[in-house]
Amino acid sequence: MTTTTDINADSYVTADGRTIGPVVMDMKNITLRFGGVVAIKDISFDIREGEIRAIIGPNGAGKSSMLNVISGFYKPQEGEVWFRGEKRPPMKPYQVARQGLARTFQNIALFDGMTVLDNIMTGRLNHMKANLLQQAIWKGKAEREEIANREICEKVIDFLEIQHIRKTPVGRLPYGLKKRVELARALAAQPSLLLLDEPMAGMNVEEKEDMSRFILDMNDEFGTTIALIEHDMGVVMDLSDRVVVMDYGKKIGDGTPDEVRNNQDVIDAYLGVAHD
Amino acid sequence: MFYREAGDFKTSYRDDSQTFPIRLDRMGYYILMFVAFLVVPFFINDYWVNAVFAPFLIYAIAALGLNILTGYAGQVSLGTGGFMAVGAYASYKLMTSFPEVSILIHIILAGGITAVVGVAFGLPSLRIKGFYLAVATLAAQFFLVWVFNKVPWFYNYSASGQINAPERSVFGVIVTGPNTEAWAKYMICLVFVVVLAWVARNLTRGMMGRKWMGIRDMDIAAEIIGVNPLMAKMSAFAVSSFFVGIAGALFFTVYLGAAEAGEAFGITKSFLILFMIIIGGLGSIFGSFAGAAFMVLMPVFLKNVLVGGLGWPTDLAAHFEFMIVGGLIVVFLIVEPHGLAQLWRLTKEKLRLWPFPH
Repeated sequence: MTTTTDINADSYVTADGRTIGPVVMDMKNITLRFGGVVAIKDISFDIREGEIRAIIGPNGAGKSSMLNVISGFYKPQEGEVWFRGEKRPPMKPYQVARQGLARTFQNIALFDGMTVLDNIMTGRLNHMKANLLQQAIWKGKAEREEIANREICEKVIDFLEIQHIRKTPVGRLPYGLKKRVELARALAAQPSLLLLDEPMAGMNVEEKEDMSRFILDMNDEFGTTIALIEHDMGVVMDLSDRVVVMDYGKKIGDGTPDEVRNNQDVIDAYLGVAHD
Repeated sequence: MFYREAGDFKTSYRDDSQTFPIRLDRMGYYILMFVAFLVVPFFINDYWVNAVFAPFLIYAIAALGLNILTGYAGQVSLGTGGFMAVGAYASYKLMTSFPEVSILIHIILAGGITAVVGVAFGLPSLRIKGFYLAVATLAAQFFLVWVFNKVPWFYNYSASGQINAPERSVFGVIVTGPNTEAWAKYMICLVFVVVLAWVARNLTRGMMGRKWMGIRDMDIAAEIIGVNPLMAKMSAFAVSSFFVGIAGALFFTVYLGAAEAGEAFGITKSFLILFMIIIGGLGSIFGSFAGAAFMVLMPVFLKNVLVGGLGWPTDLAAHFEFMIVGGLIVVFLIVEPHGLAQLWRLTKEKLRLWPFPH
């Protein structure tokens, strides 16, 4: 394979040496309506293998709806979702998860009654195959599987530096750590596409730095493709390879951070425009 | 002072995820098993087995079952009595239809039949949640008891409308019918309890349990990370009903010997078992046992104190018993809403630090 830095090529190498591959997720002309409200209007964009793709836009632009369409929670009225070169038929969210998608939520959606370790282990559920009877007997397949998957979870725990709270019930943790545990749960699934819905919302500068580091490391070390929604422009511009900008359900910009930063529509959407 | 993990190093994930991570707990468990299997059977008499051990062990199975459904999977059910009736009548029909087959198989099959019925009545849980589901399961309770009273086939057209457990034996020892010896009654219940508690523990600590708890804590998130809500809820209903069905079968064959659906498996039974898991602790295996023990032993204890100790007339004592048990339930729930299991957990946490709590 020839290496090129041409962003339009089938695969290219970024300035910091990561390889961006072909398109994994292709959204084609997505339109999503809630009754008379059009949340997403005819939006197309793609996510390429190994890249960090940001979706930004003012409040109510339809970013989270877009993420919900990708994760199968909302069914768009029009348009097609193509995943790994195949058109995705209508699916339940758990079926989408089995295809290798994992996500985190804007307002943390952890299982409060379970320990951190159990929460992260739930991320492995698509990789564990023991049936009810085998689990009831435990000895044998269920136990082997449990231990093998525990090892993977422990790697994630090490990576995200949450060893000390392994056995703590999630309900007792502070906000920042919960965000990190949620990321761990998504990462434990070893997803081919990871969706992060405002991973840095409500964090202080230090926590944001930590989280940015984790996102970059995840992408760099495991090659995880990441699509994220974020409001902190500094973070978005520093982290992402390409950015989609949405406003009022429409796509108003798409490209590298530099292109987006200089896009007149984007500037208008964020700063407002004089009406005369 | 010796109750702690220090010095008890875990070197594998298997060690780390065992049921009793602390050595003293493990020893306590082995001693309990030793006493239960090798000491109690030699000293037990009819009074102890009928007043204390048989109801405690059987209710513990039912409480385990309901705890899996309500405590772990978060689906409230008021149909426990009805499902126990299914277990009882299934075992009765199996015992009378196939007398040559072992009763152990009949009891397990009765559990299986109850599981199927439980899944059928659990289907509404896909659409409705919380209190509304409780009302839907209440319908199961009334419908099932009604069916067992109205359809004579279920009680083999007997004139009284009652079902009577015929005499059956396991390995030559009579376990049902009026000639059963105390220790045999006790042992058959104990074996079922130990095996089922082990199964419940295995299911709840593994991926099945995590799926159930995921559905309980946040069903939408669980679905998005890959839990199939249909399978998770139906498996919870199936496993729970299996446990409850076995409890019902044992309750009828071993403990009561004769039963009538409305009387033995009425709505009060559903509430009794729900109280057990609430007082014992939702989502805890230990809590199921603690709650069953509390609800079975408290009345017996009070009766002994009031009638035997203070010499009160029996009817007065019986009424006071209701009031005291009711009052204690309220007190317990105010002091520790998460039940006896949580009290036990807190005690253990304190013990681990004692005598240097800082």
